[in-house]
Amino acid sequence: MSSIAVATTINDDDVEFLCQPDETLLDVLRNRLGLMGAKEGCGTGDCGACSVIMDGRLVCACLVLGAEAQGRTIETIEGMATGSELHPLQRKFIEHAALQCGICTPGFLMAAKALLATNPNPTETEIRFWLAGNLCRCTGYDKIIRAVQDAAAEMRGEIS
Amino acid sequence: MRYERPETIEAAIALLADAEAKSFVLAGGTDLLVRMQNDTFEADLIVDIKSIEGMDAVTQTDDGFLIGAAVSAAALSENAALVAEWPGVVEAANLIGSTQIQGRCTMVGNLCNASPAADSVPALVAADARVRIAGPDGSREVAILDIPTYPGKTSLTKGEIIVAIVLPKAATRSGDAYLRFTPRTEMDIAVVGVGINLTLDEGGVVAAARIALGAVGPTVSLVEEAAKALIGSKLDQAALDALASACSAASNPIDDKRGTIAFRKQVAGVLARRVAQTAYTRAGGK
Repeated sequence: MSSIAVATTINDDDVEFLCQPDETLLDVLRNRLGLMGAKEGCGTGDCGACSVIMDGRLVCACLVLGAEAQGRTIETIEGMATGSELHPLQRKFIEHAALQCGICTPGFLMAAKALLATNPNPTETEIRFWLAGNLCRCTGYDKIIRAVQDAAAEMRGEIS
Repeated sequence: MRYERPETIEAAIALLADAEAKSFVLAGGTDLLVRMQNDTFEADLIVDIKSIEGMDAVTQTDDGFLIGAAVSAAALSENAALVAEWPGVVEAANLIGSTQIQGRCTMVGNLCNASPAADSVPALVAADARVRIAGPDGSREVAILDIPTYPGKTSLTKGEIIVAIVLPKAATRSGDAYLRFTPRTEMDIAVVGVGINLTLDEGGVVAAARIALGAVGPTVSLVEEAAKALIGSKLDQAALDALASACSAASNPIDDKRGTIAFRKQVAGVLARRVAQTAYTRAGGK
C-alpha cells in the first residue's frame, strides 16, 4: 500500500502527514501526530472515547479515515484549553469530580463542547441524549451531567 | 488497498466498474469502517464520494427534495423545510446511532448496508421515496423498496452508485412518522420499526396510507392490508385494531436474542397504532 499525503488543520495549526489508505484518523492522531488525548475504547464507534470535532460536527475519530481529513478542520481535546487556562467544561469536570479513571473524559469534553456550541442552554434530557454515545463505566453519569449544566450556565454568563 | 476521492460521478463509476477490484463506496463510513476493523475484511479499493459536487446537498425542487448520497443525518435535521415536510423521515434517520454517528451516517448508506433493521428505510418507503442511480450504463431511478434484496445484499450492479434520494412533495393534509422498538432508550438496533405516511381528505378521513415495516423480515416491507385498514377511517378503534392485526400478520421475523417471533409480531401492531396516530395528527387530523 502506498502512503497518502494529507494536508489538514488541527486545533488551528496547519498539519501535514502521510498515512496508509486504511488508517483511521484516530491512529493518525495518536501514532503519527502525538495527539494522545483521543482514546481508543472500542474502535467501532460505540464508546465515544475518540470523539473529535470535524468541520464543526462531532465524530468518532475511529470511524474516519486519516485520508478523509484532507482539507478539513479538526478540533481535538489538545486544543480545548487556552494555554494554561482550562476551558470552563474542563474546570467544571474537575470541580464536580465528573471523572474517575479519565479514559472517557476527552471524548465527553469534546461532545459537551459540540453540544454547547449549538445549544447553550440544554435541558438535562437534551444533555443525556446528546452524550448517549459516550460511555463511562466509573461515574454513573450524574456528575458529568451536572458539570455540563454548570459549565453551560457559566458560559452563558450566569453566576455559578 | 487504494483510497480514491474522485471529483466527478463519471470518475467514481469508472473506478467502481473495474471488474478486477473488490471495491466499496465511502460516504459516512459508519458501517464501512466498522467492517474494515474485522480481520477477514478485504478490499482493493475505497471510493470516497464526498468530493463529488452535490453529494452533500439537500435541494428543494418543485417535485419535492433531492438529498445527496453523502448528506448526514445531522444535516437533515438542520434543514427546516425538510423537517416541516417529512418529519418522519428525518426523525428516523436521527435514531441511527449516537450524536457522533449522526454527524456522519447517511440515509443512502443505511439503505445500501441493507440491514433489515435500518431505521431510515421504512420511513423512506412510507414516504414513497425513490433513489437516483448512476452507473456504467447510464442513470435510472427506482423505488427504495427495490434496493434491498436480502440482509446485506442490494439490487445495485457493479459500478452503480446511488447519487441521491428523491423525496416527493408531501401531499396536502398528509403527515408521516416513524417509531422503532429497542430494549435500550438510545444506541440500539430496531427490534421492530414502523413508518407510516397518511393523507387525509377535507373531512379528516384517511384517503391514502402507506405503512412500511422494518426488522420483521429479511427486507423492509410495504403492507397493503394495513393501508386498507386505515383508508376510509378517522383512525377509530376498529380501524386501529385492524391496522395492528394486519401489521402483526404481515410480520415474518426471526427469533433472536433481541426479540422472539411472537414478541416482534405483537410489537409491530402496537407500534403501528402509535405511529398512525402521530402521522394522523401531523396530517391535521383530530
